[in-house]
Amino acid sequence: MNLLALDPMRLFSALPGNIAQGIIWGIMAIGVYMTFRLLRFSDLSVDGSFATGGAVAVMLIVSGVPAPLAMLAAFGAGLLAGLVTGILHTVFGIPDILAGILTQIALYSINLRIMGGKANQPVSVDKYSLAVSLRNIPKALAVGAVLAVVLIVVLYWFFGTEKGSSIRATGCNPAMSMAQGININSTKVLTLALSNGLVGFAGALLAQYQGFADVNMGRGAIVIGLAAVIIGEVIGEALAGKHLNFFGRLLFVVVGGIIYYIVVGVVLWMKMPSNDLKLFTAIIVAVFLAVPYLRAKSQNSYAKAAKKGVK
Amino acid sequence: MLELHNIHKTFNKGTINEKPALCGVNLHLNPGDFVTIIGGNGAGKSTTLNAIAGVWPVDEGSIVIDGETITGYPEYKRARLLGRVFQDPMTGTAATMEIGENLALAARRGQKRGLRWGITKKERERYYEMLKVLDLGLEDRMTSKVGLLSGGQRQALTLLMASLQKPKLLLLDEHTAALDPKTAAKVLDLTNNIVTENNLTTMMVTHNMKDAIRMGNRLIMMHEGRIIYDVAGEEKKKLHVSDLLEKFEQASGGEFANDRMMLS
Ligand SMILES: Nc1ncnc2c1ncn2[C@@H]1O[C@H](COP(=O)(O)OP(=O)(O)OP(=O)(O)O)[C@@H](O)[C@H]1O
Ligand SMILES: [Mg+2]
Repeated sequence: MNLLALDPMRLFSALPGNIAQGIIWGIMAIGVYMTFRLLRFSDLSVDGSFATGGAVAVMLIVSGVPAPLAMLAAFGAGLLAGLVTGILHTVFGIPDILAGILTQIALYSINLRIMGGKANQPVSVDKYSLAVSLRNIPKALAVGAVLAVVLIVVLYWFFGTEKGSSIRATGCNPAMSMAQGININSTKVLTLALSNGLVGFAGALLAQYQGFADVNMGRGAIVIGLAAVIIGEVIGEALAGKHLNFFGRLLFVVVGGIIYYIVVGVVLWMKMPSNDLKLFTAIIVAVFLAVPYLRAKSQNSYAKAAKKGVK
Repeated sequence: MLELHNIHKTFNKGTINEKPALCGVNLHLNPGDFVTIIGGNGAGKSTTLNAIAGVWPVDEGSIVIDGETITGYPEYKRARLLGRVFQDPMTGTAATMEIGENLALAARRGQKRGLRWGITKKERERYYEMLKVLDLGLEDRMTSKVGLLSGGQRQALTLLMASLQKPKLLLLDEHTAALDPKTAAKVLDLTNNIVTENNLTTMMVTHNMKDAIRMGNRLIMMHEGRIIYDVAGEEKKKLHVSDLLEKFEQASGGEFANDRMMLS
């Protein structure tokens, strides 16, 4: 690869678009954060509910529903998907990962149905008034940023309430939560529903942004969401350290999404085949997950203890 | 205050690991009773407390607290009536949440949790005073995560949480067993204070026979899923460790081989 042949201007001009996409995926990642970090539940339904959100929004918009309402409906559809995962887990005792996979697979068929049997449904910004579009990136950036901030404020408030505290307690210590009278099944279902609602909402944004809904648009969403969560955590902790409060954490999840998409932009700019992107993402997430573990281990290793013992 | 009628519980029924853990437990506690529970490993002490707390449903029998039959309630619904402190200091608190938040969670035990703020300013002031009484310096660390506390501090906090919303019955399952002797003594003192101050009906499992005799107004001994000895009042006060050992030996048919009980 000849780096000199690459045009820095092209990287620069692609940047705003990457940031806009990063914000949208960052909103999706906040949903992942709620389950993965707060509830400690690995929820794989998001791959399905992201596409569900996109499909619902596009189908409604093309049938004349205003975009904001369509996005609300996408939120509702995601909510239902999360409800299903929650019920599979709490009522039928299916382990978390499997419950999520079942919902995800089921949603694939359902999403195709929503889109009238087609794998792809366009929604043109020329014909409809969309909330965001890659044809108007400054607006997409503004709308995305405002939505992200509003969501973060609302969630910051929510997780500070009695209900929100009981969700955090459920994730941290289920036995203690029950002893304090918290119905942990209902907090789990509620969190999964809210999380997937948010993911569906983000799917609606992305579908509008790219101008179509696709049955595969959520494939790998969980990994991208995790990438955003983890990148955001590492950077947030590095920058803010102990002062990183819950508000900061949520904010850095979105920042993580933005950074992820900037990196993706760089990778594409370097003319790496876009087919390799998922491989690349998986490696990023694996590395970021492994580093804190390995670092803790190296500070606390048998080999090191043995060496010290010899001295 | 508490009535246990003929409680039976067998674990892993119908499998090779079938284990009858409670075989007809009957117990009646008066309001304000503080009963200590002793017995060898596997006697069914924890199982009795878990049956009351509703960790799983019992096979047979009924559980009544303050006139309310709770046999059919799931664990989280019984929590309103119960305060619990566990053997493992990690179990009773949420490590990633702040000290104040943990107390606030406990203060809402049995209440509907809605969209009001999870901890109010007034509450913080109240908790500050309560933590100060513990004399562990926790009052100035209200916003610290509980995970940073020592085992003893966590047990003291759990005790406070258990009594914050005055429970009908306080269940303590070897809650000092994981602590060093000095800390254990401190937590026991605290237990005594909290129980007497609030006049709580209490069940405390312990392997320390001296504590079992010294604390509370009543003592029961369990063996193989049954209560084999129940003594209260003056008679209990006059007990000696040797009396209990003898009782235990009688019950187990002379094959006394429980080093945990011997130790104390
Ligand atoms: N959840 C469970 N599943 C299967 N068996 C159990 C379970 N809980 C308790 N048991 C069994 O029931 C019997 C009584 O146990 P329990 O924990 O009540 O004893 P204990 O009196 O508390 O003893 P220790 O002093 O060791 O704490 C034991 O044989 C134990 O192995
Ligand atoms: Mg026990």
